[in-house]
Amino acid sequence: MTAPSFHRNQSEMVAARSAPITTVGPLGWLRTNLFSSWASTALTAAALYFLWLVVPPILDWAVLDAGFAGEDRFACTGAGACWAWVDQRIAQFLYGFYTADQTWRVDLAVLLLVPALAPLLFERVPFARHLRWFSLAYPAVAAVLLVGGLGLEGVTTDKFGGFMLNLTVGLAGIVLSLPVGILLAIGRRSRMPVARILSTAFIEIVRGVPLITLLFVSNIILPIFLPPEVTIDSLIRVMIIVTAFASAYMAEVIRGGLQAIPRGQFEAAQALGLGYWQSMGLIVLPQALKVSIPGIVNTFIGLFKDTTLVIIIGLFDLLGIGNAMVSDPNWLGLATEAYVFIAAFFFVICFSMSRYSIHLEKRLDTEERR
Amino acid sequence: MRQGPAGRASAPLRGVLTDERARGLLFQLAVVLVLAGLVAVIVANTIANLQRAGLASGFGFLTDPAFFDINQRLISYSSTSTFGRALAVGLLNTVLVSAMGIAAATVVGFLAGILRLSPNWLVSRLVGVYVEVTRNVPLLLQIIFWWTVLTALPKVRESLSIGGSVFLNNRGVRLPAPLLEAGFAWVAAALLVGIAAAVAVSIWARRRRDRSGRTFPVGWAGLALVAGLPLLVYWIAGAPVGWDMPERTRFNFRGGLNVTPELVALWFALSLYTGAFIAEIVRAGILSVGKGQIEAALALGLRPGQTMRLIVIPQALRVVIPPLTSQYLNLTKNSSLAIAIGYQDLVSIGGTILNQSGQALEVVGIWMAVYLSLSLLTSLFMNWYNRHIALVER
Repeated sequence: MTAPSFHRNQSEMVAARSAPITTVGPLGWLRTNLFSSWASTALTAAALYFLWLVVPPILDWAVLDAGFAGEDRFACTGAGACWAWVDQRIAQFLYGFYTADQTWRVDLAVLLLVPALAPLLFERVPFARHLRWFSLAYPAVAAVLLVGGLGLEGVTTDKFGGFMLNLTVGLAGIVLSLPVGILLAIGRRSRMPVARILSTAFIEIVRGVPLITLLFVSNIILPIFLPPEVTIDSLIRVMIIVTAFASAYMAEVIRGGLQAIPRGQFEAAQALGLGYWQSMGLIVLPQALKVSIPGIVNTFIGLFKDTTLVIIIGLFDLLGIGNAMVSDPNWLGLATEAYVFIAAFFFVICFSMSRYSIHLEKRLDTEERR
Repeated sequence: MRQGPAGRASAPLRGVLTDERARGLLFQLAVVLVLAGLVAVIVANTIANLQRAGLASGFGFLTDPAFFDINQRLISYSSTSTFGRALAVGLLNTVLVSAMGIAAATVVGFLAGILRLSPNWLVSRLVGVYVEVTRNVPLLLQIIFWWTVLTALPKVRESLSIGGSVFLNNRGVRLPAPLLEAGFAWVAAALLVGIAAAVAVSIWARRRRDRSGRTFPVGWAGLALVAGLPLLVYWIAGAPVGWDMPERTRFNFRGGLNVTPELVALWFALSLYTGAFIAEIVRAGILSVGKGQIEAALALGLRPGQTMRLIVIPQALRVVIPPLTSQYLNLTKNSSLAIAIGYQDLVSIGGTILNQSGQALEVVGIWMAVYLSLSLLTSLFMNWYNRHIALVER
């Protein structure tokens, strides 16, 4: 037989050859992620050029040519940034005008935030059951620590400033805006016309105007509405306005979540004999809130960033203190340094919030994966 | 009907407390009464307070002379103009910076959103850094930062020059100003005709495609009509646009158009900040289009460009439009932060008027009315557009 044989007789498997080095390992990674096509290579080159243009000068400015110590700006002789003020001014940036020998109370309040938040944010926290009671009591504890009373020296709220003011207003807004927002969202979907109309009007009006005009309302219009002998502390006013503003946005986020829950869930709860609030609280809201986590956290982040607007009505938050320092003759011309420093504070807090929301979404994701 | 045991509340009252509808009515009645009482107290207080301060309410103050200057204005205004005129200047300034911001933020946002999805690791990371940094830092801080950068530019006499026609200094950016000559009306007319013709061509092309299946290069034809026709007329009419070039004088500039650092800083900050949010919206929109859609389009023989244009973008837009609308509204409202750097927008000028005239209620009322109607107009338009592109379900 001379028929051609198409297969070789072989008793052993051919040894697997290793993949070409251009498809695996570092070289392969470079090829697929940076140089996959001419366009991609051009983009990579442009990006590298941009980095080369931008990164070394920033590094020089911020670190290599920068001055770190001294009494005033004249101590900084380098061409780069002058960070000497950080050492001198950090207390003011953090505590504002808070009575100097009492700042440990602010520190303690911030430290206590850890056990108060831990059982709410993370799973498997030791003593979580007991700590939750502490979380519930935390706002009162913090208020006493910051304002005084119960044997602590009183500190008036006009001394609040710097980053602690942002934290106080931000945390109060975050704690209050979620429940208020939930109520507004439920009100807007209610069958009772009065509740529906009032909730809708509140949400639409607040969302339709800038926060600044609302702050002006609290500062200028509220005294006109109240009898002359009644005054409300300006910090409380700011907290109310910031909360009201965030709740309107929160309500819309949660309304979106409520709309995503099929009507059958509510009807099934009613069929099981649960009342309206039980059906809402035990069946519908938990699902709706889970769906709206990204929106809720985005509202929190927006609220925290908006706490800087208090400078418009004359409170000195972190940004206000920074502005004051920038016009101090000793530190004149250090605006960039001050603003970069302040931006870092906000970035760390807001970025961690958004990362946490991604983590939470994954943790609560009970959808069956296909 | 069974009677309840004696000693309990009588039947009608118990009926009210257990019947859901009756309970609801009772609750609503209570809310309305409380609210009416609150409003009555507020009105009484307000009248008393205004009388004590000796203020007349009403909008008569709008015709009083303003006696303050506005350096950024689109319509004529002097310090002898009225409060009403000053507010109009402020409103136009708000509209100006919002329109500029919306245009730039859309471009920045779409570009960044698409680049963020680029298979190129370095580029997508770089855009990611931009998005995360701008989104997580307060806008007010960014506005003040850009303003400090711009006002730290060299003095007027040492202006930085770009190509000898654009000058940067600490008082702003000086640009050549276009001077429209008589023949320019023809160019404008040509532009309108071009747009109308492009719309007509696209309708005709779609009808022909539906009838015969043959396609027509609508994009190129449209570009030729919208851009080419006016250019041709411009050339025929003998280039009827002159440029008023800024000239250096001893201490300042003569001619040209000066854009204040406040406007530029606000525009920069608003565009970059909102652009980062739009980038995330665009990214989510593109990711929301199922992979199967793209594979099916490629299987049908569409080219990658056609797949993007005919399959991915129309579906992504449906997801993108509603949140995009609220970003535009946010940008408009955020433009009120102008007050921090002294750009004279509606809120800033309103604040000055409020201080001078004491008419707080009226000024705040005007602010709210203006922002609410701007919001309403934008959402009406975007809702119309959204309906236009929404999925028509069976």
